[in-house]
Amino acid sequence: MPFDISMILQKKKMQILEIWIKKQLESADLREDLFSNEDLRASCEELLEVLLSSLNEDNLTNPASADFDEVNEILAGISISQARQGFNPRETALFVFGLKESLIEILQEEIKDPQDLFTNCFKLNRLLDTFSITTFETFIKGREEVILRQTDEIAEISTPVIRVWDGILALPIIGTLDSARTQVVMENLLEEIVASGSSIAILDISGVPAVDSLVAQHLIKTVSATRLMGAECIISGIRPEIAQTVVHLGIDLSNIVTKATLASALKFAFQSMKLEVKRVQKDNRNIVS
Amino acid sequence: MIVTLSKDVMKVVKDQDVVPFRNRVKEYAVKIKMGLVNQTKLITAASELVRNMLKYASGGEILIEIITKGRDNGIRLTFKDKGPGIPDIDLAMKDGFSTGKSLGLGLPGTKRLVSEFDIKTIVGEGTTVRIIKWANG
Repeated sequence: MPFDISMILQKKKMQILEIWIKKQLESADLREDLFSNEDLRASCEELLEVLLSSLNEDNLTNPASADFDEVNEILAGISISQARQGFNPRETALFVFGLKESLIEILQEEIKDPQDLFTNCFKLNRLLDTFSITTFETFIKGREEVILRQTDEIAEISTPVIRVWDGILALPIIGTLDSARTQVVMENLLEEIVASGSSIAILDISGVPAVDSLVAQHLIKTVSATRLMGAECIISGIRPEIAQTVVHLGIDLSNIVTKATLASALKFAFQSMKLEVKRVQKDNRNIVS
Repeated sequence: MIVTLSKDVMKVVKDQDVVPFRNRVKEYAVKIKMGLVNQTKLITAASELVRNMLKYASGGEILIEIITKGRDNGIRLTFKDKGPGIPDIDLAMKDGFSTGKSLGLGLPGTKRLVSEFDIKTIVGEGTTVRIIKWANG
């Protein structure tokens, strides 16, 4: 006679919950600092409740069934919040594996015939394995979100506009110039040109590892925008290997003022503003007399 | 005869994958003692092609190989995508031609940057670009 294991499990719900929670409390990895026992109990109870109420004889062998959408949702919620709180993957995985063990323990007590026990355990195993895969996937997604947020923060802080002289701005670009980054660079630069009334901006690309056509296009756009604002733009920090690559690539930067170093760009800026940097003799009485 | 010494496959599906991929190519180039200029050329070429792949085919797979021919060592990169393909290869290889509002230097520029360049495309099925850069080429 086939067993209705969903019925068995439903009947033994409290027992399963106790075993599951006990397993997690026993585990040496339990993070009481991150997760209180009450929270643990609450999320276990919620998950078990939903799982057992959606489980029936038909969908037991079909983990992709829409009946489990809610289970997957709860699992995803738990693993995403664990990822953000800084749990390690082992703890999150143990959460689901603990449930599997508890369920199988109960089945072992209830089903006496070895053949039946095996078939049912096998089905249950497969179902719960799918759930743990969901957990892994969402856990990693949660972590990736953290990384992406940090990337955005880095992009935000890594484009400072420096006033090197009255009327001269410098903007060191470090890292790859993509569309989003160019947008940030351009905004910061144009705003600072207005705020400081500068007439010359130096874009230093010493820290840009590779200049491909996309990066070049972004540079050209930034220069054009600066010119529209009435300021001149100089690109500095062009390394020899970059110069050769740009030429081979066929990018035309000839109508942009480019310099090898920031120092020579600054010199050029001084010249065009008719400023002069001079070494002054300490004792300059002779000049006066 | 070209012999493959080591190979590595990398998947690129989003913009964030470009930088790790470029770094991987750089590692290989350093491994075979490629000069700085050739390194930069190879990395720039790789960067162009991978950006094309992302833009027009929303990603694909890249095979990175260290190859040797006689006394020359080199890097061979094979970019394979399942994108829309290129209807007119000759036009796409022309300077300044672009369907996507860019400078139109990606493909012709890449060809000038590398030692060997080979492109195969079938409309509706995808594009495969294979480039070779010799360490002293």
